Amino acid sequence: MSGFEKLSRREFLQTTGIASGGLVFAMTLGYPRSAAGASNVAPSVYVNIRDDDVVEIYCHRSEMGQGIRTSLPQVIADELEADWDRIELLQAPGDAKYGDQNTDGSTSIRKHFDLLRTAGASAREMLIAAAAMEWGMPAAELVARNHAIHHEASGRSAAYGDLVASAAELEVPEDVTFKDPADYRYIGKPMDLIDGVAMTTGAGIYGTDTVLPGMLYASVERCPVFGGTVKSVDDAKALKVAGVEQVVQMPDGTSPPGYNPLGGVAVLASNTWSAEQGRKALAIEWETGLNAEYDSASYRQQLVDTSHKEGKTVMNRGDVNAAFGTADRVIEADYYAPHLSHAPMEPPAASAMMHEDGSVEIWAATQDPQSIQGTVAALLGIDKTQVKINVTLLGGAFGRKSKADFSAEAAWLAKKTGKPVKVSWSREDDIRHGYYHTVSAQYLKGALDDEGNTTAWLHRSVFPSIGSTFSAEATGPANFELGLGMIDNPYAVPNMRLESGDAKAHVRIGWLRSVCNIYHAFAVCSFADELAHEAAADPRDYLLRLAGSPRKVNPADDGAEYSNYGQSLDVHPIDTARYAAVIRKVSDMAGWGRNLPDGHGLGISVHRSFLSTVGAVAEVRVDGEGKLHVEELWIAIDAGLVVNPDRVAAQMEGAGIFGMSLALHGEITAKDGVIEQGNYDTYPVIRMSEAPKAINVHIMDVDAPPGGVGEPGVPPVAPAIVNAYFAATGKRVRELPLKKAASAWLLQCAPSTGGRSSA
Amino acid sequence: MAIEFTLNGEPQSHDVDPQMPLLWVIRDIAGLTGTKYGCGKALCGSCTVHVDGNPVRSCAFPVSAAAGMSVTTIEGLSANGDHPVQEAWRELNVPQCGYCQSGQIMTAAALLERNPNPSEAEIATAMSGNICRCGTYTRIRKAIYRAAGGES
Repeated sequence: MSGFEKLSRREFLQTTGIASGGLVFAMTLGYPRSAAGASNVAPSVYVNIRDDDVVEIYCHRSEMGQGIRTSLPQVIADELEADWDRIELLQAPGDAKYGDQNTDGSTSIRKHFDLLRTAGASAREMLIAAAAMEWGMPAAELVARNHAIHHEASGRSAAYGDLVASAAELEVPEDVTFKDPADYRYIGKPMDLIDGVAMTTGAGIYGTDTVLPGMLYASVERCPVFGGTVKSVDDAKALKVAGVEQVVQMPDGTSPPGYNPLGGVAVLASNTWSAEQGRKALAIEWETGLNAEYDSASYRQQLVDTSHKEGKTVMNRGDVNAAFGTADRVIEADYYAPHLSHAPMEPPAASAMMHEDGSVEIWAATQDPQSIQGTVAALLGIDKTQVKINVTLLGGAFGRKSKADFSAEAAWLAKKTGKPVKVSWSREDDIRHGYYHTVSAQYLKGALDDEGNTTAWLHRSVFPSIGSTFSAEATGPANFELGLGMIDNPYAVPNMRLESGDAKAHVRIGWLRSVCNIYHAFAVCSFADELAHEAAADPRDYLLRLAGSPRKVNPADDGAEYSNYGQSLDVHPIDTARYAAVIRKVSDMAGWGRNLPDGHGLGISVHRSFLSTVGAVAEVRVDGEGKLHVEELWIAIDAGLVVNPDRVAAQMEGAGIFGMSLALHGEITAKDGVIEQGNYDTYPVIRMSEAPKAINVHIMDVDAPPGGVGEPGVPPVAPAIVNAYFAATGKRVRELPLKKAASAWLLQCAPSTGGRSSA
Repeated sequence: MAIEFTLNGEPQSHDVDPQMPLLWVIRDIAGLTGTKYGCGKALCGSCTVHVDGNPVRSCAFPVSAAAGMSVTTIEGLSANGDHPVQEAWRELNVPQCGYCQSGQIMTAAALLERNPNPSEAEIATAMSGNICRCGTYTRIRKAIYRAAGGES
């Protein structure tokens, strides 16, 4: 859906400001005015030009660290020929008129580039038409340049602000002409962060920073087991805690959970600390329900057992069984990756306030304001149009803040108490009650001929589906999930079969930065490395062999349903030439093949996701105590056209660290249905002391439409590290996090090094 | 009994539970939201402020311990957001989501106050209590060198 809404002059005149209270962000699009002497003109919902020469740009995507509040206006301002110093960026509220606002799937640029260009270009052409009308000249003789329209022959010019009144008399052009990319002034340039000052002075307002008049601070105790309910609650002690004003039992969670609140008991107080102290004083008896049997160790065995049985075939090429029968060598491997938590630095937080007309207004760190409108409307029994969403900055998100549950908690409590309410999750709430990245077991089997070529590839993937969060019927991997890194396998292997196996969910499953690509890339890129070593080949050279001849791969040719991230394969192909170019580039950057000190190893991994291809090389060092250090990372990305190369580089640097966190540390486990981790001590992430000395990024110069950027850097990192660890030690790790496997070896090795002994 | 201290130079007097962490007094009572909550257990550094010049994790620092002391938050680090650390952060476009950066900047500023030319190991030691989930560490390191007058 284009999401682009052209406002005719008449429609624009009907546009009126929305009373927001203006507490966090301005919420109005345009201002009421009369036609004569218009003080502004809004050619689309994304652009409003004021007669003081300021161009307002509405960012309808959420800022969570990817830099969209800088790169989105780069696109619009470029096509509009606006002066960067005379634009004002406003955060759009949740509203269907902006089209798709769901900031996930690395879509902000790749799906909206043309929309944003159109927003800028239509405004530019409207201003040209306005000048043409004022001056009585043909529009074709006029050009837009640096915030003004010029008639080159006569030297006449007018600033944008001076053309507002005339432009307001005109219709928005139906068709627009985009700029020649050679004339881009912002697109492709490393523009500084729009929010740089706010983010370095404490002035940036995040979800947890909202302050509303007379607001109560809420802290919610939720059942330790997913799906459990409150049997009884004694709040006498909680109500005696200084500052505590109310204790409220939340409505029970739903099955399937969807985006609804999880239930539990809320303590509301005059400040966060009092609410938390009151919560500790609650005495609650829980009905824990069926998920109280969820145990990660036994569940893992179930997944592995399933992966060893024939599954549902989702793609088939040739005849793998015949190829295994005639192979020179056959290798098999089991890969396992655990649940992960997003653990953004800002835990979920939202505030809500009821208005006298029965509408509710919410301020939230949300990736998806329109889904909050839907969830809250259903929960409160009001219409979506009565749910106003102000989008704050997000203190990290990684998929967690796509979910409306915490905003719905705030809205429900605001209605229940009749007061403005802020709901802040603690770190423990965040880690123990998340929408977890799923747990997976994968079985791979490969055949080699006597020249070391891979002749057959069998891959089975078993995991509880994201779909289980929304439907009780979703008992196994969905096709879209298998399309994230399994079905889109680019390898030139003549016999290939891809299968899935069912698994039931016992926690809420959600998407986490790069989603199923994390575990699929871990298995696929590790197994490619295993095949290389089995073939006694260099892993980089072997990857090029697997990539095969330059061609465009279409999984449908082998019977697979494949959605290619919602885009045409003609526009965004699985192009093995581009894949091979990334292999060559990233390995060259890392000095692949150079002599390494003892204990060092290089590992390579390349993976396409969200329409971009990213290659990673890791150099690891294993010290005398067996401890792994990631010394340096090299990352090359082919994302087609790039709007802001500095933000793309930043995303790759961040993906390197995020990928390291899940490779080395990340693991969520359940015992008796209770999540065993709770804070950064039990769910560690990478710190400065573990950061590589450098993360070297190269952006491939490719003339192609933009691919995704926020997520594609993550998948290749873990397998690059695992492959480097093998190169350094000869030990193959087939489960994440790597630290766990490595420490098990350490313990095994311990007696011989004299470091440990058993009593 | 009211607890008195100064906050960015302004005298404060708050009649609150003496065990209330300084973080919540700063955020919920004094109304300065630049200092962030991240863990509540001094594990992540998002809440770092200066107490008499020393970097302190305010989420695990009872307000009573600040009595009579001078507390500085990100809002008070410099008059116009122009502390050399803040400027270096902007020159290198360090922030991604930005949420942890108040704490990162306060820790880095305190480090450079004590040690104007820290080594890589000294930076790692000083900064490892501050988590950045977006993963801006390599830029933070460069920005500290830059603020120290080094090459980056």
